[in-house]
Amino acid sequence: MTKRIIAAAAALLLPALPAAAQGQLNLYCSATIEWCTPIARGFERESGIRVVLSQKSTGEMLAQLRAEARNPRGDVWWGGTGDPHVAAGEEGLTQPNESPRIAELYDWAQAQWRQTQGRTVGVYASVLGFGFNTELIARRNLPAPRCWSDLVNPVYRGEIQMANPNSSGTAYIVIATLVQMMGEEPAFDYLKRVHASINAYPRSGTAPITAVARGETAVSISFVHNAAEEAAAGFPVGHAVPCEGTGYEIGSMSIIRGARNLQNARRFYDWALSAEAQTAASREARKLQTMANRAVPLTDGAPNMATARIIDYDNARFGASAERRRLLDRWDREVGALPR
Amino acid sequence: MKSASSLLIWSAAALGILVLPWHMQQDGLTLTGLVGVGQEDAEAASALWQAVAHRRFWFWPVIAALAVALPGALPSGNARARSAFLVWGGLLGLAAIVAQGLAIGVQGWSYPWLTEMFGELDDRQFGMGLGGTVAFFAFVLLLTDGLALRGYFRGDRFVSGAVGVLVASILLFTAWPVLTVLSQMFTPRGDLGVAAAFADRLVDRKIWGLACVTGNVNCGVFWNTLLLATSTATAATMLGLCFALIVTRTGFPMRRGLRLLTVLPIITPPFVIGLGLILIFGRSGVVNQIAEAVFGLQLGRWIYGFAGVFLAQVFSFTPTAFLVLIGVVEGISPTMEEASQTLRASRMRTFSAVTLPLMLPGLANAWLVVFVESLADFGNPIVLGGSFGVLSTEIFFAVVGAQQDFGRAAVLAAVMLVVALVAFIIQRAVVGTRSYVSLTGKGDVGLPTPLPRRIRILAFSIAIPWAVLTIVVYAMAMAGAFVRVWGRDWTPTLSHFQRAFALEWGPTGGLIFSGGAWHSLFTTIQLAAIAAPVTAGIGLLAAWVLTRQRFAGRTALEFALMLTFAVPGTVIGVAYILTFNIPPLEITGTAMILVICFVFRNLPVGVRSGVAAMSQLDKSLDEAAVTLRASTFRAIRTVVLPLLKPAIVTALVYSFVRAMTTVSAVIFLVSAQYEMATVFIINRVINGDYGLAIAYCAVLIVLMMSVIGLINLLVGSRRLGRRQAAPPALPAGGRA
Repeated sequence: MTKRIIAAAAALLLPALPAAAQGQLNLYCSATIEWCTPIARGFERESGIRVVLSQKSTGEMLAQLRAEARNPRGDVWWGGTGDPHVAAGEEGLTQPNESPRIAELYDWAQAQWRQTQGRTVGVYASVLGFGFNTELIARRNLPAPRCWSDLVNPVYRGEIQMANPNSSGTAYIVIATLVQMMGEEPAFDYLKRVHASINAYPRSGTAPITAVARGETAVSISFVHNAAEEAAAGFPVGHAVPCEGTGYEIGSMSIIRGARNLQNARRFYDWALSAEAQTAASREARKLQTMANRAVPLTDGAPNMATARIIDYDNARFGASAERRRLLDRWDREVGALPR
Repeated sequence: MKSASSLLIWSAAALGILVLPWHMQQDGLTLTGLVGVGQEDAEAASALWQAVAHRRFWFWPVIAALAVALPGALPSGNARARSAFLVWGGLLGLAAIVAQGLAIGVQGWSYPWLTEMFGELDDRQFGMGLGGTVAFFAFVLLLTDGLALRGYFRGDRFVSGAVGVLVASILLFTAWPVLTVLSQMFTPRGDLGVAAAFADRLVDRKIWGLACVTGNVNCGVFWNTLLLATSTATAATMLGLCFALIVTRTGFPMRRGLRLLTVLPIITPPFVIGLGLILIFGRSGVVNQIAEAVFGLQLGRWIYGFAGVFLAQVFSFTPTAFLVLIGVVEGISPTMEEASQTLRASRMRTFSAVTLPLMLPGLANAWLVVFVESLADFGNPIVLGGSFGVLSTEIFFAVVGAQQDFGRAAVLAAVMLVVALVAFIIQRAVVGTRSYVSLTGKGDVGLPTPLPRRIRILAFSIAIPWAVLTIVVYAMAMAGAFVRVWGRDWTPTLSHFQRAFALEWGPTGGLIFSGGAWHSLFTTIQLAAIAAPVTAGIGLLAAWVLTRQRFAGRTALEFALMLTFAVPGTVIGVAYILTFNIPPLEITGTAMILVICFVFRNLPVGVRSGVAAMSQLDKSLDEAAVTLRASTFRAIRTVVLPLLKPAIVTALVYSFVRAMTTVSAVIFLVSAQYEMATVFIINRVINGDYGLAIAYCAVLIVLMMSVIGLINLLVGSRRLGRRQAAPPALPAGGRA
């Protein structure tokens, strides 16, 4: 008797479930707003589903996902560095998903999907390199850096900036890339030598390239597309992809576990992996990253991942939080604590 | 007291429990939805109806508490017995509401041990709504009424009610979220257990290291923060005092302009000052280029690090110090200074022996406020810090950076709280328990003494260059709105304004706000306008309770009121979503959470300026009113409030402006529907679109200027019945 009443009460309750409204998608976006908006509007046009867009950096978004774990508000998380996506997957904040379009993607995007058991898939990639202020290096008679080995040249003393890896994902990728290219011991030796030339380790990942653009420092270690964007904004910024090869960051996409609009989330997932969607949105936002779908043509001026020497970045190892903490601790002890 | 019974409050509790829908309504409240009796949908029903018709047994204790309180609320009967009913009814009601809210959430029982004890629960509930809120606060008032009836708070129901509501809201919106965050520092990490993980996070060279004393490396963030906050607070208080003295005690012709200038940095989103300083003192800045061209000197990058952050913070916080001090300096009664001069003390002696000591509470308050603001400042260190890290940036990046260690953020936040606590204790020790009363009910005649010459010269020589520098920084920064690429291509243009604030005529003749910034601008104004009066009201009420009433736990209450100020915005933001994303208070994504965040973050300034102003008003003033049989409430309204006008203006202006310029706290709380102007601006800056960002800032500044003017006009200034300066002496031969 009691059970039946409870069941009846539960049945009465069902219509009261919140946000059951059909035709809505809560999109968490960690790219810039110029990129998030065309993505959201493009999907709206395509599907007729209303997209509620919320834009924050990956780190902030991960903090939000954790805080909302018991009562998720978002459906899909699109864009932003892959590592926080991987971390969210490790913590069970996102759920695995399959799509027929996975096969259309570049190997690096597929690899991330496999390594995370389908929780996270790559949607674009950004290549690591150097940015430099062309006016400043001309005035100081400095050579433009071309290779990692150039940076230990004493002429750059006090002219290089790199973000603090404790706070910036970009700088952590620098360390991970060097460890993968050179081996751990030589990589830390190299970082110690470059340390002598570095004038500051700012907290934010984009701060070094901003400083280059405004002539506050001559050289930065940062993503190539950031340098290209500063140049497009009218600043005297040049960029280079290191000749020995370099690492990259994958911008990723995950479906949030407990998504209230799971069907719509799946539909968005398929759409966002399509060549048409990626072409249209990246054109509109004038993005210089490499899109994950192999059929997307390269934007003018974008670094070509096929011709640049790109290392086979091990996301599974270097994305794991234990390895990350170990490398950061080592950097703190052996590099960050050194006098300059 | 007009009505000695608590029947009205009891009726409010009954309304909240019996009639109003208990839970938050998904689609907002409609007029018919206000009656929660007979609702088929349990979520739309009142607590009583949910218990009766929907078998939600957990509401019975709440209803029982209401019944317990009833005999106490009736006007007749023995006072002692009534107070017992009220106290127990109130306590039981609060306990029942809190317990049911915490125990049952969206997925049945909230804690595994409850499931183990009682078995699976086939039901769930969402966040509390109108009914729950009304009932909660009514129970608080029933409890305080009972306490007052028992003789606590000298039997004053208004005072006990005010204290009760203050304590309850601080517990809800400050203590609870902060504790939720702090509890995170004990989360185990990797293979480390609870204690080991905590110890590992706390004992960290990056926090406590002192290597910078001996070598060219960075010290721990604790020392950096302490050094920065102490220097900034001292410098900003000195500058604030100079400005306050010039504005109130000299005949400086540009006083009004000076006053506006000192307000300017407050209404500027934080990073603008940092960017302006870079354009002037940066490596490619004006000063460096001139130095290189003229003297062949390379000044380098000195602006990045302690020096730059210090400079930017002093720019940013001098106005705060000024706003706290101006009320105090204006309020010093000239009588004592005149007495001092009558006793043949020199002007200098009068200043140092009478005026300065009377300003001590104001100076200490200003120092404390700036100290805590500097602790929590995020915008300036992030723009100018370079390798120089402070606690606030470290916390931000512990949450969102590459480490992703919430526990570390919690430990750092705890360190910051302790620093703020110690500063608070020191401030109290300095101000002590001496009396600073100088506004009494007695006739108050006298002229403010002009400043002694040396002091005047000193004040001018510090304040004028500073004012000029401020103008230059602002001119440089604001130029960014009107040129094509700031710092690079100085071709004048208005395109940034066009992109942000374009207006179009729609096909049907209506106006379309097609610019990208309109939506966030409207939301921001709306929310700030709601938050400001609430903040000022609660803040002044708190200040009055703190200075005028003596009760156990007063100091604890005072510290609790300062607490949100000491917690950096990021931590508050994360704390709020951690706490308020799940029932019983499920308010994330609403406008309410933003307003509450503004109110409780900006409360400290309302409180401090109220306390500073109130400690100058002699208690005999309100006592006289009470002797004349005015109720406590009436005494406040007719005597205290009019004398507090400067403090009211400060609280209103400050909370409005802060609501419009806060970044770090709201960045986690905004949603697509409620986007704030600052978050919009920060996103532009991150994207390198400085032009639009600064254009938006310029519009915000103009807007806030006019709002400040409006508030000044509406509240008006207090009339202290002092003589105006005598007209110039008539020429010889005039009438005697």
